[in-house]
Amino acid sequence: MLAKRIIPCLDVKDGRVVKGVSFVNLRDAGDPVEVAKVYDEQGADELVFLDITASHEKRKTIIDVVSRTAEQVFMPLTVGGGIKTLEDIRNLLKAGCDKVSINTTAVENPEFIKEASERFGSQCIVVAIDAKRAKGQGSGVKGQEYLQAPMWEVYTHGGRKPTGIDAVKWARKMEEYGAGEILLTSMDRDGTKDGYDIELTKAVSEAVTIPVIASGGAGNLEHLYDGLTKGKADAVLAASIFHYKEYTIREAKEYLRKKGVVVRL
Amino acid sequence: MIAIIDYGVGNLRSVQKAFEKVGHNAIVTSNPKEIENAKAVVLPGVGAFAKCIGNLNEYGLVDVIYKTIKAGKPFLGICLGMQLLFTEGEEFGIHKGLDIIKGRVVRFPATSSNNGPLKVPHMGWNNLIIKKDAPILSDIRNNPFVYFVHSYYCVPEDSSVMAAVTDYGLQFTSTIWKENIYATQFHPEKSQEIGLKILKRFGELS
Repeated sequence: MLAKRIIPCLDVKDGRVVKGVSFVNLRDAGDPVEVAKVYDEQGADELVFLDITASHEKRKTIIDVVSRTAEQVFMPLTVGGGIKTLEDIRNLLKAGCDKVSINTTAVENPEFIKEASERFGSQCIVVAIDAKRAKGQGSGVKGQEYLQAPMWEVYTHGGRKPTGIDAVKWARKMEEYGAGEILLTSMDRDGTKDGYDIELTKAVSEAVTIPVIASGGAGNLEHLYDGLTKGKADAVLAASIFHYKEYTIREAKEYLRKKGVVVRL
Repeated sequence: MIAIIDYGVGNLRSVQKAFEKVGHNAIVTSNPKEIENAKAVVLPGVGAFAKCIGNLNEYGLVDVIYKTIKAGKPFLGICLGMQLLFTEGEEFGIHKGLDIIKGRVVRFPATSSNNGPLKVPHMGWNNLIIKKDAPILSDIRNNPFVYFVHSYYCVPEDSSVMAAVTDYGLQFTSTIWKENIYATQFHPEKSQEIGLKILKRFGELS
């Protein structure tokens, strides 16, 4: 049986992990390779590096991070953030990256996803969708009535720019254009630790026939379970619950297995 | 020295690093002479079937693949590198493969055998159900998880070449063994310790 995947995500800026990772026995909590090794030992199924480097000149550093990680960690690596050209993708793949996650560039130029998937194969093209509930439309806020079916709007530029695009329709379009996977982040839930937006996750998972990774809001192990079962996600991505050693990946998987979810242990 | 065939597609560094990790020297090369002189040869690959076959021709690497196999050297196809060994593939139209293993490469159905929707690509960790004691699997026990990412799978005409199968909607061939030819639909270089064990064994065959 295909196992549900648990994917830790590392924010990398100028070649260093930011947002803080606190493991015991870690020589250097800022070195992505060191952190990747810990997650590898804990049994992570994949690793996502989110490159939040602002300046273009420093973009090369993520290539170096990937190639140093790929020398020591033998599991799938995904890089997201700032990917604009086919050359960017080629350089990352050559360095040892397996998949790239594309958000803003996909919205600005959907044809790019077509070109990229034809050139490199759908399996390595992940489309990242940052989605936010449109106001007054089933916003999920306590006390506020659902005016109509929930609708989520796609945002770009790291969540700063609304696009007016419906997230569920967008996911479907990206699948048509050759995306091999959707990385779906709820902006309403991101950082809240209130759990994934289950309605959003389920709506997108059911709308497409490619795998969906739920992201944004995981605060405990039950949230992971809900994302995979009620949300019908194929994988769950989390950052802080693993970084601050609230749970190890292994603990998360043992919990899920006990509840009947197929995981790789 | 193990030669990893470079024909302009995919992530070859990971394959090379994985071999080095388990103590086997490996080079990434598109030079037919170097490939011919290697003690064992690996054909990796990701992307589309037609493009990969096109590239192998363009790079002038088809002959050296046949030569290697004829010479009895250990040969390993990984993922698309496994699919290319077959007679034909149906990705973006019917395309001729290398025809080293008789059979076809077909797309996963949209629904599984119990009529549930099947997500394609088959992406992630799934079990290897071992059917035959292939030398590269000799250290592997208990149907371990290995890492897959593919939308098409191989259907060999002769089921005796199937060394392992995997369940995804249906049961498909995930490892091939025929004389000196080995092939895995999964990525051993991305399958942590299990994958490294397989690559270690492969390197020891020559």
